[in-house]
Amino acid sequence: MLISVASATAAYSGLEIFWFIVIAILWSMYFVLEGFDFGVGMLLPILGRDDLDRRVLINTIGPVWDGNEVWLITAGGATFAAFPNWYATLFSGFYLPLFLILVALIFRGVAFEFRAKRAFPAWQAAWDKAIFWGSLIPSLLWGVAFANMLRGVPIGANESYLGSFFNLLNPYALVGGITTLLLFALHGAVFLSLKTTDELHERASRAAKVLAPLATMALLAFLAWTYVNAHHIHDTGLVPPFVPVLAIAAIAAVGWLLREKMEGWAFVATAMAIVGMVATIFLNLFPRVMVSSISKSYDLTIGNAASGPYTLRVMTIVALIFTPLVLLYQGWSYWVFRARVRRPPESGATTAPSSGNSNSPVEGSIH
Amino acid sequence: MNTLDLSRWQFGITTVFHFIFVPLTIGLALLLAIMQTTAYKNRRDPVKYDKWSRMAIFWRRLFLINFAIGVVTGIVEEFQFGMNWADYSRYVGSVFGAPLAIEALLAFFLESTFLGIWIFGKDRVSARIHLASIWIVSAGTMLSALFILAANAWMQHPVGYKVEGNRAVMTNFWAVMTNSTLIGSFLHVISAAIITTTMLVLGVSAWHLLRSQKAGDKPHPVFVTSAELAMIIGSMAIVATMFFGDNQARIMEQQQPMKMAAAEAIYNTQSGASFSLLTIGDLSGNPIFQIRLPHMLSVLADNNWNGSVQGINQIQAAEVAKYGPGNYEPDLWVTYWSFRIMVGCGIVMFALMAFGLWLMRRRRLARCTWFLRLSVFAVILPFLANSAGWVFTEMGRQPWIVFGLLKTSKAVSHVGTGYVVVTLVGFTAIYSLLAIIDFGLMAKFARFDGDDVDEHDHHEPEPGADRVPALVY
Repeated sequence: MLISVASATAAYSGLEIFWFIVIAILWSMYFVLEGFDFGVGMLLPILGRDDLDRRVLINTIGPVWDGNEVWLITAGGATFAAFPNWYATLFSGFYLPLFLILVALIFRGVAFEFRAKRAFPAWQAAWDKAIFWGSLIPSLLWGVAFANMLRGVPIGANESYLGSFFNLLNPYALVGGITTLLLFALHGAVFLSLKTTDELHERASRAAKVLAPLATMALLAFLAWTYVNAHHIHDTGLVPPFVPVLAIAAIAAVGWLLREKMEGWAFVATAMAIVGMVATIFLNLFPRVMVSSISKSYDLTIGNAASGPYTLRVMTIVALIFTPLVLLYQGWSYWVFRARVRRPPESGATTAPSSGNSNSPVEGSIH
Repeated sequence: MNTLDLSRWQFGITTVFHFIFVPLTIGLALLLAIMQTTAYKNRRDPVKYDKWSRMAIFWRRLFLINFAIGVVTGIVEEFQFGMNWADYSRYVGSVFGAPLAIEALLAFFLESTFLGIWIFGKDRVSARIHLASIWIVSAGTMLSALFILAANAWMQHPVGYKVEGNRAVMTNFWAVMTNSTLIGSFLHVISAAIITTTMLVLGVSAWHLLRSQKAGDKPHPVFVTSAELAMIIGSMAIVATMFFGDNQARIMEQQQPMKMAAAEAIYNTQSGASFSLLTIGDLSGNPIFQIRLPHMLSVLADNNWNGSVQGINQIQAAEVAKYGPGNYEPDLWVTYWSFRIMVGCGIVMFALMAFGLWLMRRRRLARCTWFLRLSVFAVILPFLANSAGWVFTEMGRQPWIVFGLLKTSKAVSHVGTGYVVVTLVGFTAIYSLLAIIDFGLMAKFARFDGDDVDEHDHHEPEPGADRVPALVY
């Protein structure tokens, strides 16, 4: 295996390899961050018994979900700039699934902002549905898309996708989709058990404990299937066994960590499982970016999909300067909102748990 | 219709729709930053502090509604280059992809993260950081405009690249970011975004002033000051938009002469060309009725009373010689009229703002009923001008998608027509629904009066037993 890795690596420039890794990291960040807010969205009707519950749940992700979604836009943009052929084949090939993802993200995004804007219950119920489906559909379809990228889809000589929508619905891809769906739901449940109090906290922990074995089984099935494929069907790509094993170990530990009340570590574990799944897929892909099911010679690789050394150099400089900065201030915003979101007391005459005398104009608070 | 036509319609519809909300995001972020800063500076003066805080609270509702739609329709924009324009993406990715990726990394993270801090964090960060957050959001919106317009400017006037095999490869990123076309269009778009916002602020404020006039109440200070602020900033923005638009026209005459000729439907090269105000009948030289301003086109395009303006026939011949046989004329009806709508709306807005400033100086603004009524209806004008401007600049570049390099017909994805029908119908239906919901919400919140401000719960202003001060959404 090591020899094949070395020879595969030698054929490509350091920048191409670097950008392949960057894109793997961008997708990992996206799935880890938006993964939990998808999870919160999917659990909204299950954990939220009344409107106040649902508002608490939504407010756990309120300040951060939009920033989480920017990792998707960055992953898309980086793929466009660094590997235009990958971007073009992937987006035009997976046309309808991406359309469905866009529709889901549109309704979900405006739902957060709009649901509290009118007082009648039917309005809120409709937007709650949008949040639920808008979280569930992408959670399923991202797994389907990534599994297909690796499994192979009909890509012809001119790098374009020759299949139809139905080529994308195959058992392996569906297992991939169910895996991301369950992983994100679990990730969201663990996040909520970290971010809520009292009864909602109880419910979230219970949901996480139910979801943990299901997600573990799905991830085990998907990674085992991937591992077997990697070693018996594909002879390129690499999957050092410790990566999927670590992912499975991490997710298998979630149930135990929750019982031991180590919610922070449980969240780390679900995040690691997600990263492990993405890493397994990208390691197995390397040096390909999309596999052709027609012929090996039609595979898209980091070589034939790349945009050229100058662009990659410019992008590298920009990324090295600004990514740490983004991580710093996005991390800071998570620190600012680290407190658990509390369900306010039932009586109408409550005030916000504000810091100090926010009514005084000198404080400058303008709400 | 084939995949190409459907994809063009889809791109046009989704992009024009997206750009209804983008200018408001850019402009309102800036106005809110100004309002909040003024409130902060006057924090020891209860009357002024109160007024500016209330202004900020009133306008932020409209800002947030629009921001949400701008964000979600923006994701579609990025995705559809790959989905519908795969061959374009392959050809230009090396140059065009870079500003898109950098836009996300530099601008979108700033906007989204600090907007989160600004909306949710007022009790968790200091007043100064809370104030800095809205300025950072505002800077983010402008950075975003800069990078996406750099990508667009490259389509209008490709620089800093070489053609390598069957694609363009970037050779100079600095050249892409300092493209002469970019500087004019960036300033034109930013100032147009500010006009759009100030026209909205003026229109909504005018509606409130009319209402208090009818009720015999004193005009509310929140809306008097909002209208005044809108006119001061708006009139400056109009002058800037015209100035940079004029600058763009000159650059366009050099870089894309066909677009300039098509804007005017001017068939043959002429000196001292007149500017046609409007035409009834045929554009091809035999109009039924026309109004023309002598020499104005030469002045616009060449800064010279008798400057020469190239005609469509001559440019067509030159482009055939340069690029091979083909039709290099854009759709004249579209370019001629979209250009007139843009410029016409601009002139009307200029007159309105100028008159408003005069009223303001004479302290008659809140009493001048017909001006206030006009301002309410004039809210539509900047949106018409923006849409017409984009339709003009994009349709005027046809048949090219990247001027002189790649034709639109060679740029489209190899996707079945049926799929594109699904997405075209789907996006159009969804966007129409969003438009109805958005306008409904805008109308609802625009009607709130200036005192209708709850210190803690601006999102659910109706009082009720289940009010939740701690929760924003």
